[in-house]
Amino acid sequence: MALQAIAFYLMAAVTLGSGIAVVSAKNPVHSVLFLISAFFSAAGLFVLLGAEFLAMLLVVVYVGAVAVLFLFVVMMLDVDFAQLRQGFARYMPLGGAIAGGLAIEMVLVSTAVATNGAARLNDTPMAAGAHAPLGVTNAEAIGRVLYTNYVYFFQAAGLVLLVAMIGAIVLTLRHKPGVRRQVIMDQVLRTPKTGMRMVSPKQGEGTDA
Amino acid sequence: MTVGLAHYLAVAAILFTIGVFGIFVNRKNIIVILMSIELILLAVNINLVAFSVYLGNVTGQIFAMFVLTVAAAEAAVGLAILVTFFRNRGDIAVDDASVMKG
Repeated sequence: MALQAIAFYLMAAVTLGSGIAVVSAKNPVHSVLFLISAFFSAAGLFVLLGAEFLAMLLVVVYVGAVAVLFLFVVMMLDVDFAQLRQGFARYMPLGGAIAGGLAIEMVLVSTAVATNGAARLNDTPMAAGAHAPLGVTNAEAIGRVLYTNYVYFFQAAGLVLLVAMIGAIVLTLRHKPGVRRQVIMDQVLRTPKTGMRMVSPKQGEGTDA
Repeated sequence: MTVGLAHYLAVAAILFTIGVFGIFVNRKNIIVILMSIELILLAVNINLVAFSVYLGNVTGQIFAMFVLTVAAAEAAVGLAILVTFFRNRGDIAVDDASVMKG
C-alpha cells in the first residue's frame, strides 16, 4: 500500500509539474514535450486506478498522435514566439488569482464528494468487480459494455473522427496554380473527332500543325 | 496514508485550473491555448476514470474514451485552422484574428 502511495504521489507531482511547465515554458516546443510528459504520467495514474485500457489509449492516441501533431505544427510554423509572450506578466496576477480560487473551490467540492457522496460506499478501488465477474480484464469489461449498450455512440465517435479528418484535409489542401493534373473525364470523353485533325499537305511541303 | 478518491479528484482539479491559468496568461499564443485545452480535457478524463473505478461502474471509462475521441478531433481541426491562418496572415497572433467580426 505504501508503494502505491509513493507511486501515486510521484505520478501526480510529475503530472502537475509538467502541466505548469506547459503553460509557462518560453519555447512552445518545450511546451509540447512537457505535454507529452504530463500525458505519460497521467497514463501512470490510470494504471494505478486499474484502468489499463484507458492508460494505453492515452499513450497511443495522445502521445503517439495528438502530441506529435502539435510538434509538427509548432516546428513547421515560423513564428516569433518571444513576441507572442507579451502580456504574460500582465495577465499573471489576475489569471493566478482566478485559477487559485477555482482550484480551492474544486478541491473542497471534490473532497466533500469523496467523503460524503455515493462514491464513499466503495472505499477500495478495483471495485469494478462489483459489476464485472471476477477474472474479467479491464479491456474486456469495457468491450462488453461498449459494443452492446453504447454501440451507436461508438459509431457516432467514428463519424466524428471521419468528419474531423475530412475537415482537416479540406482546410489544409492547397491547389498550386500551374500544376497540370490528370482529368479523367476529359480523357474518357475524347472522341476521334476531337482527338484528330485531317490535313492534306501538298507534296514536298509538309504541314505546320 | 492510503490513496483514495479524494486524492485523484484533487489532482484533476489542480490540473484543470492549470489549464484555465494557461488560457489566461497565454492570450496571444494560440498553440499554447490549444495545449491548455488538452490539459483541461485530461483533467476531466482523470475525474471520469476515478469515479468509474470507485463507483464500480465501467461506463465512466467509456465516456472518457469518447472525450478522448472528441479531443483528438478538436486538436486536428484546430491545428488545421491554425495552419491555414498562418498561410494567409504570416503569423498566428490571435488578437489580430478579427477578420470575421461583423
